[in-house]
Amino acid sequence: MPEREMKKRSAPSARESEEAQPQEASGKNKEGEDLKAKLDAVLDEIDEVLEDNAEEFVRNYVQKGGE
Amino acid sequence: MSIPKVCGIETEYGITMPKTADANPITASSILINAFVNEISGKVGWDFEDEAPGHDARGFNLEGSLPPEVETHLVNTVLTNGARFYVDHAHPEYSSPECLNPKEAVLYDKAGELVLRKAMSAAKRALPNDQEIVVYKNNSDRKGNSYGCHENYIMDRQVPFNKIVKQVTPFFVTRQIYCGSGKVGSEFANIAKWEVPFQISQRADFFEEVVGLETTLKRPIVNTRDEPHADATRYRRLHVILGDANMSQFSSYLKLGTTALVLSMIEDSFLDEADLAIEDPVGSLRKVSWDLSLSAQLSRVSGGSISALDLQWEFLRLAQKYAIQRGTEVIGGDDLGEEILLNWEETLQALEVDPMSLADRLDWVAKYQLVLGYMERHSLDWDDPKLAAIDLQYHDIRPEKSLFHRLGIRSIWSDAEAELATYSPPRGTRAYFRGKCLEKYPRNVAAANWDSIIFDLGRDPLRRVPMMDPLRGTAKHVDELIDRCDTAQELLDALGT
Repeated sequence: MPEREMKKRSAPSARESEEAQPQEASGKNKEGEDLKAKLDAVLDEIDEVLEDNAEEFVRNYVQKGGE
Repeated sequence: MSIPKVCGIETEYGITMPKTADANPITASSILINAFVNEISGKVGWDFEDEAPGHDARGFNLEGSLPPEVETHLVNTVLTNGARFYVDHAHPEYSSPECLNPKEAVLYDKAGELVLRKAMSAAKRALPNDQEIVVYKNNSDRKGNSYGCHENYIMDRQVPFNKIVKQVTPFFVTRQIYCGSGKVGSEFANIAKWEVPFQISQRADFFEEVVGLETTLKRPIVNTRDEPHADATRYRRLHVILGDANMSQFSSYLKLGTTALVLSMIEDSFLDEADLAIEDPVGSLRKVSWDLSLSAQLSRVSGGSISALDLQWEFLRLAQKYAIQRGTEVIGGDDLGEEILLNWEETLQALEVDPMSLADRLDWVAKYQLVLGYMERHSLDWDDPKLAAIDLQYHDIRPEKSLFHRLGIRSIWSDAEAELATYSPPRGTRAYFRGKCLEKYPRNVAAANWDSIIFDLGRDPLRRVPMMDPLRGTAKHVDELIDRCDTAQELLDALGT
């Protein structure tokens, strides 16, 4: 299955549910918008925070099993 | 009969030394903890008398199993908040003190993050050449190696263990829909990348049995380690190993709150007639974790099928009935019980209608939303290493690096409250006595463990003060006593030991 399709099916997005529930109106929408704005702000600056070389960072993160 | 759900959380942190070639994780963990201890001083060792990880709750013993620390002689210390901070296998582990209710346990787990943060700063100051140690509060290295976040709940010894296993298993398989921490991809053998691009739980890939004693191999959904660390004729400590380490206080709060409720219902035989059992719990655990639509059907033992979400609704309805009929004094009072039930219900409702609306409180949703957002903005595929890096860095506990912290997830406890909890013990359990003795008589406490403190008054013999009941040694019991005893000698004289 193509990955994009898989993702779409996986979980409803905020937008889809807003459309499905117009009666719940403003409160919910406001919360959804706040969440979206917060996420956008994080996405704007995430590359400054992410480890420089993602591939190397992920490859070098090796742990011994625990517990 | 249900008993107060004294509980706690043990967290093993992932550890790295990014600027050090071939760093040894055991050495790194030791340096980390020693650096912290040296800065706060007053180091007190752990006493191993009480350790018996080979005792099986089903009634037999595993030959030749020693507490891991006895085998390796690693760093091990007790903090004035009553917690244990030590090296377990190849990880630094923080075990919270015994807490009186789920909400308090979340506070002391959060305090653990602050302790680890302080330890990282202390290690950086102690290490030469700009080297540093970095820890992650997650459960896997994405290469098949997993480490745990274990919950502990005290239970009535009279309740047959088999009954606990039978009744709690379907709950454990499905609770991840609100307490999973989320993971990009899967570490389960022979799974194609596209089959599981993202899953709900960090840990589901690693479980192979329904019940058993192991924690490192063939991990079981219900662990049988029988070490009550208390009067074994009255108490059992349920050692829960399948949960994810949570960054979100809300996920953690709901995890402990709902579990404490379900365990109380089991103790009170409230689930004996309920039809909750599912077939193939181990396979179902992964099925639930891999299904972001929350609609996958699990086969019921009684016939037919049910989704994880609907099974959680059944547990919730029973818990609501239980609260009305029996009250929730044992999980921290009726107000807290009501609050947990309300949050449980609101969360299930939101998961049903719009899971993404929970991005401000549930770990897996917050991480999923972040990964999706990044993918869309940069037109990436699921196998891009940047997404795996985001997954790992969500769990970085340094505020400047942690993606979790950037997301502004709602919290339950403030930073100031968590800071206080790094050195001040819970007031309602024996952790109070442990913590206060360490604070007031550090030079005379030779060692401590969960159920006793050993005092050294400078002459033979050492004197052990047993604390076999987790609900004695509270502030109410001992505050006045410790207040009036200026020395450990006076304290022991007053206690008559």
